[in-house]
Parts: sequence; structure tokens; C-alpha cells
Amino acid sequence: MLMNLFKFKGGVKPPTNKTQSLGLPIAMAPMPSRLVVPLHQSIGGTPRPVVEAGDKVLKGQLIGEADGWISAAVHAPTSGTVVEVAMHVQPHPSGLDAMCVVIEPDGKDEWIVREPVDYKSLTPEQVRERLQQAGVVGLGGAVFPTHGKLTASKTVPMEEMVVNGAECEPFITCDDLLMRERAEEVVRGIGIFRDLLQPKKVLIGIEDNKPEAAAAMRAAVEAVGEDFEVIQVPTLYPAGGAKQLIRVLTGKEVPASKRSTDLGVQCFNVATAYTAWRAIAHGEPVVSRLVTITGNVHEPRNYEVLIGTPMDELLKLATPHPDTDGIVMGGPMMGFLVPQPDVPVVKATNCLIAHSDRLFPPKAPEMPCIRCGSCAQACPHELQPFEMYWFSRAKNFGKTQEYHIFDCIECGCCSFVCPSRIPLVQYFRFAKSEIWAREREKNAADQAKERFEFKQYREEREKAEKAEKLAKAAAAQAAKKAAEAAAAAAAGEVPAPAAEASSPAPVAAPSAADAEKAAKLATIQAAMERAKAQREAAQPKNTEHLTPEQQRAAEEIESRRATAGLVPPETPVNEKSE
Amino acid sequence: MFAPAPFLLKDTSVSQVMTQVCIALVPGIAAYAWLVGPAILVQLVIASLAALIAETAMLHIQKKPLAMFLSDGSAIVTAWLIALTFPPLAPWWLVATGTVFAIVVAKHLYGGLGQNPFNPAMVAFAICIVSFPALMSQWPSVGLQLPLVDQLNVILGLAPRVDALSGATPLDAMKTALKLGEGSQDVAALLANQDIYGNFAGRGWEWVAFGYLIGGLWMWQRKLITWHVPLAFIASLVAISGALWLLNPAQFASPLFHLLSGGAMLGAFFIATDPVSGCTTPRGKLIFGAGAGLLAYIIRVFGGYPDGVAFAVLLMNLCAPVIDLLTQPKIFGMKDAGKGDRP
Repeated sequence: MLMNLFKFKGGVKPPTNKTQSLGLPIAMAPMPSRLVVPLHQSIGGTPRPVVEAGDKVLKGQLIGEADGWISAAVHAPTSGTVVEVAMHVQPHPSGLDAMCVVIEPDGKDEWIVREPVDYKSLTPEQVRERLQQAGVVGLGGAVFPTHGKLTASKTVPMEEMVVNGAECEPFITCDDLLMRERAEEVVRGIGIFRDLLQPKKVLIGIEDNKPEAAAAMRAAVEAVGEDFEVIQVPTLYPAGGAKQLIRVLTGKEVPASKRSTDLGVQCFNVATAYTAWRAIAHGEPVVSRLVTITGNVHEPRNYEVLIGTPMDELLKLATPHPDTDGIVMGGPMMGFLVPQPDVPVVKATNCLIAHSDRLFPPKAPEMPCIRCGSCAQACPHELQPFEMYWFSRAKNFGKTQEYHIFDCIECGCCSFVCPSRIPLVQYFRFAKSEIWAREREKNAADQAKERFEFKQYREEREKAEKAEKLAKAAAAQAAKKAAEAAAAAAAGEVPAPAAEASSPAPVAAPSAADAEKAAKLATIQAAMERAKAQREAAQPKNTEHLTPEQQRAAEEIESRRATAGLVPPETPVNEKSE
Repeated sequence: MFAPAPFLLKDTSVSQVMTQVCIALVPGIAAYAWLVGPAILVQLVIASLAALIAETAMLHIQKKPLAMFLSDGSAIVTAWLIALTFPPLAPWWLVATGTVFAIVVAKHLYGGLGQNPFNPAMVAFAICIVSFPALMSQWPSVGLQLPLVDQLNVILGLAPRVDALSGATPLDAMKTALKLGEGSQDVAALLANQDIYGNFAGRGWEWVAFGYLIGGLWMWQRKLITWHVPLAFIASLVAISGALWLLNPAQFASPLFHLLSGGAMLGAFFIATDPVSGCTTPRGKLIFGAGAGLLAYIIRVFGGYPDGVAFAVLLMNLCAPVIDLLTQPKIFGMKDAGKGDRP
């Protein structure tokens, strides 16, 4: 099957370091002593906890309910007892806490009642609903709720569905082994996505350094009887970036301002397809995932790991070397050092690398940029990183946006090639977060201003309404008095029922007009009061705290001015009008 | 412990880049030494010492880390380019003055490594040719190879600057002959004098130019430079010299002569490609190279100086920021979208 592949500009070729963890098949990680399951494991709303301390849970039982459409449910990874629902440090560079359900396993690993279904008997809405309820999210790293990507655009026909098995980051091999060992289920999962999106073509992209995975996938596609194309793409980091893989396979370039569906493309990771199949056809929600454990360890290997497993316990399985001084989650290009070793494995955890200075030597000190342009040549989004660096450093964030900083995917190619060892990506993250913070501040200020103006408006309106009410009451009073007077007069004369009925009318008419007039007057008065208040507010404030001598001096001056005819114009106007 | 991704880094550094530039200069230097003798090596040492002393002093004043910046090699590259563009028997103080000026004024007063808007070596050349035009025009007579001791004596000012040394470059000789001849001299007849003009452009000098070409191609192959600047420089120099040569071959030398004489090759591969003071976008580099080639030709043929590369590069340095601004490439995903601006 020959296919015309496209190229993306830039990219780098770091040493792949994949063979270390490819020697052994996938193993099940043993049950950890406790599981810390964060509720917020996907993009979107934070799931609400539906269990509390002391509850018994079964494997696969819902513990966090999806909050909104872009959110995915969270489940107990094994059977046991909920110890607490509390804040714990997250596997995130910030080191911040988030709400987690802590479960003490009972060792039985007892499933809930699983309900396998044939998805073809379900409507697309039901499939999406089930995927959301099963907590299926993008396992390529972005953890976007998968059901949210499975609605075809109403305006643009879906042309290609790209399935990402590229796995371009060095060290990581979990997708490779998944495709080798569980290709059929991956292919069946892709089938679900295909049936929901109805693309014209399904393209499975795998980097050409994984021939075994590609062969397994081809065999599986044939065995299942699908017409998906398995395509080996050149090994070039970041070919596994969604936008780069879409470019390589379809020639389409998705800018930051658009979604891929706007161009008739959608992209899924192979592991996501696998979990989708398990969720639908086996009724198993996402409670585990494959994790590559590698780096500074004796026995690098891929494990099937329960979500919530503390990373340090997991790392011990591979026997880290004694000089290990940290854990990198993700690959060496885009991963990060976890803030503490016992943070839990989450759905986004594809790889743990034992860090040591021997494996990743400390960086040489940062030198000035010599504008050599290596970064621009390496950038897969064809940006000018050295210009963005310059403006980020100068905190000229407007300029960074002119140089398209938000198109940066933070792949690290620029930092990788920089001879001056400038941590360019860090500068861009800093600039982006500053821009976001400023936008939030501006929005907050705008809202505060709006609130204040509305409050002022409301107060004035209330004042006017009050004045009107008073005026009306006064008018009513006057009308009543007039009516009483008329009635008294009428009572003194001939008691004619007809006159009694009609007589108040002529009297009431002028009184109603009076009331209207009074209301108007009151409104005018209120307006004048406001104007006065405003004028007072606008007047100089340095006359407030005066010593008696100063006060006297000021008064003398004022009197002199008054005699000289220099009295401020407002005063007489004010007096006249009041 | 805070070490941001990427944890893997390519094995590269500023000093590696600069070292490779120096290595790329070696073929040209070798040919040069073969042509004029060890004097050029002496000048390289003088310039390097002056550069390191000036660099150390400036770093010290600015309280910048000495070891880190002295080992970056940028001062050495500047020094070597100065030594290679100055006359090989120029007095030591001229080379030293030019180098110190380049490092102190053109580099550090503008902020040091990576901040200089002008190519420091070309600033040194321009300053010296304006200030000491006679000394800067004294090239050894063609074919004259004094023994090392004599060359040292001349450079160090211990021996009188004999007139025999005071030749001109082939480029300058051609210009002067054509100018003095006022139309009666013929380029072809002049070139027949192989003692001066060698096979193509200048006896011996053409091989020095070949040396720079080889080093330049090596830098391109090593991805230290891209093809844009050298190709545009050479193309524009060939285009203008070729056009005038076709128009009047008696009065204008051929493109080959211009390519292989003076600082054309050194300029195309080593000077106009300086990333700090040059353009950085692909289209910008093309404009920069073409502009430098064109200006170099105009200055060397119609101007008053023996060669035009230095002034051409400096003039293009002036334009580089605005060229870069106007030639920003379209980014990924925005090539069809007209203007790439976002709200």
C-alpha cells in the first residue's frame, strides 16, 4: 500500500531510547497498598465525588460523577474501602493539591456487574454517553474526554480519521506494546469511532521505528475485516503530535485558531481506542492503563497499572539505580519531574522515567541568544522561537502574540537544539501564563466596573422610584381630601345618588394632574440633589482638614472675592434654583 | 530540584559552534600561509591575544562570568576574521587596535555576545581603512615571500616598511589600471599578466578564495549556516558583474574574477552569514545576501575603496532588523489564511 506522505517542517531526532523497555511483554503491576484516585483526570469539569469515607466500593464502581458534557467519570480501580476523600498532591509540575478518593484495596479485586453491549445496537448518543460514563479520555497525554470528540461537524464532512500510534517521544513504549499485544481490540475500538464519525478514510500512523507494532496492526485490521490503512511514518520528533501526524498523513495543517474537525479530520490515540472498546464491549470503565517504567532502572518494562497507584511503589518494580533522584512523568521532551515521589498514576501517565544526573546531565548555564536560528529550523510549527524568547524575556507579551506564541505546542524542539542552552519552552510557558493572568485580571476589572456602574444606576433608579411613590402618595392624599371636601359639600345639599357618583370626578381630575406635577417635581428635585452631590464630590478636597487659622484665612479670601464680585458662579445659581 | 523539560538535549554549545567556524577557516588560512608566508599566522595570534585581553577586560568591568564567556570562542572568530581581512604585513598595533575596537565598541558596548547590530570584524575593518587608509592598502607585492624574521620585523615595526611590500591586491590593481587607463586599458590584456592575476583572479589569492569556499561548504554541510546567504551573495555578485561584463567586457572584469578576488568568498560564507548581525528569516537571508553582494560590487568597482565587502555587510546590517520584520514566514496552518494575524 503506497501512500503519498507529507512532511512537516522542523522536528528533531533525539536518541529514541526505546529498546530498553521493549524486551519484556506487558506485566500486571501488583496491587499497591493504597490507591489515591484524583477526581480531576481529564480536561473539563471536575467530577463530583459520589462516595465518602467508610464506603465499600467494587472495582469499576463510579466514585466521581462527570460534571457537565466536557468531563468524564472516575471509577474505583479495585474493590476495597474508601479511606478518605481529601486533597492530595497531584502529578503536576505545580505541586498543587486536588480532591482525591483514597481507597484501601481489600485484595479481592472484585468487579461490579459489567454489562457488555454490542455498540451497534446503541444510538450514537448512547455510545457517547457510555464512553463518558466509563471515563474514556484521550490517553495520548491531553486527556480530553473522548465522547466530546465523537460528534461529526454539521458543516464540514469528515474526511479522514487519524489514529495516532506514532509514539514519537523517546523512552516511551506503552503504545508500541499495546499495538503488538492487543492490536485486535485497538482495531475494534477504532471501529466504534469510525461508525460514530463516518469518515471517508481511517489512517493509522505508526513511526517506522515500530515495525512489529505496524505488522500486528495490519494483521489485526485484516483479521477484523476493516479497511483501515496502517501507515509507517518517518521517525522524527514530534511526528506523534496530533497536528504533525495529521499533516503527515493528510497534508492538512490545523492552525491553533481552528479545530481539526473544521478541516474534516479527527485524531485519536491507539490506547484511547483500546479503552473505548473495553468500555463498550466489556463494560469495563477506565481503571488502569499501560505505563512504561524506564530510565535509570535495572529492568525497564511496561506495566498495566491501576489508576491511583503511587509512583514510587510502581518505580520499585523496575528496581531503580541508587542514584535515582526523581521521577519524570511523560517523555524526556515534554515530561516533568513530579513534585513528590508518591503522587498517583493518572490517566495521563504514559511513562515514568527514573531521573538521575547520569541519565540526564544537568544543563550548562544559559548563554545569550546568538540568533543562530537553529530553533526556528527545528520548530514544527514554523515559529521564530528566538524572537518569542526575546519578547518574553522583555515581558513584551503583546509582541509574543504577534509572533504567534499561542501556536507553540511546547514540544521542546527549540530547547533541544539551542546551542546557548536557553530553556526556551519555559520562557514561552511563562509568557502564556502571564498573558492568561492579565486577561483574567482585565476581565475581572471589567466585571467589577460593570457591577459598580449597575449599582450606581440601580441606586438612582430606586431613589427616583421612591420620590415618585412619595409624590403619588401625596397626590392621592390631596385627591382624597378634595373628595372628602366635595362629599361634605354634597352632603350639605340635596342627597342625589347620581351627583354623588359623578361629583368626585371633576374634583379628582385636577387632583390627578396635581399628583403628576408633584411626581415630576420630586424627580427634578432628586436629580438636582444628585447633581449637587456630584458637584460636591468633584470639588477640591484640600479644604477639608484645615486648621482654624487656615480656615480663617480662607474665609477672608472668600469674603474679599465676594466683595470683588468674584464669587464662584455655582453658588448663586444654586441658591436661585433652590 | 527544578529542571524543566526537555531533559534530553542535543550535544551542542556556543563554543562548539564557534570552534567549528574556526575549523572551517583553516583551508583558507592554509592557502593564505602558503601564499604570503607565516606572517598571517603571526597576525592571527596578535589578533587573538588582543581579542582575549579586550574581552576579559570588558567582561570584568561588566561583572560577567569570565570562564563561561571567554570559552565561547566568539572573540576568537572575530579576531580571525580581522586578521584575515587586514593586510598580512600590517603593523601589529593596527591589527590590535582594530580588534580591540571591534570587541570593546562594536561588541560589548552594544551588550556583548548576541547583541551587536554590526559585524564586529567589519566594524574594525571600516574604522581602520577610514583612519589609516595607507597602511590598510599596503599588500605584499605578488610573489614576494619574505623570511619569517623579516616579516616579524615588519609587523612589529622593527624594520622600515619597504616599498617592495607595498603592493596592491589584484582587485585594486585592476581598478587602478582601468581608471588610469581611462578606457585605453583592456581587462583581457591586463588579465594576461599572470604574475598578478594568476589563472582567474589573482595569483595565489584565487586559491585562498577556494579555501574559504571549501570551508564554507563544510559549514553548510554541518548545518552551521544555511545556503541562503552565500548563494544569494554569490548570485547577485555574478548577476551584476556578469551583466556589466557582457555589456562591456573590455572595461568590466568577469564574474569569475569578482568571485575569486578580494573578500568575496570570505564575505559570502563567513561574514554575511553572521547570525547576530544578519537576517534570520529565510527570505530575509536571501535579501541580505543579495544586497551585500550587490553593494560589495558597486563599492569595489565604482567606489574609492579597494574592496566593498566590509561596507556592504555593514550597510546590510543596518537594514537587517527591518528586513526580518517584513519577511516573517507564514507559520504552520496559516499559509492559505492570508494574513497570519490573530486577534
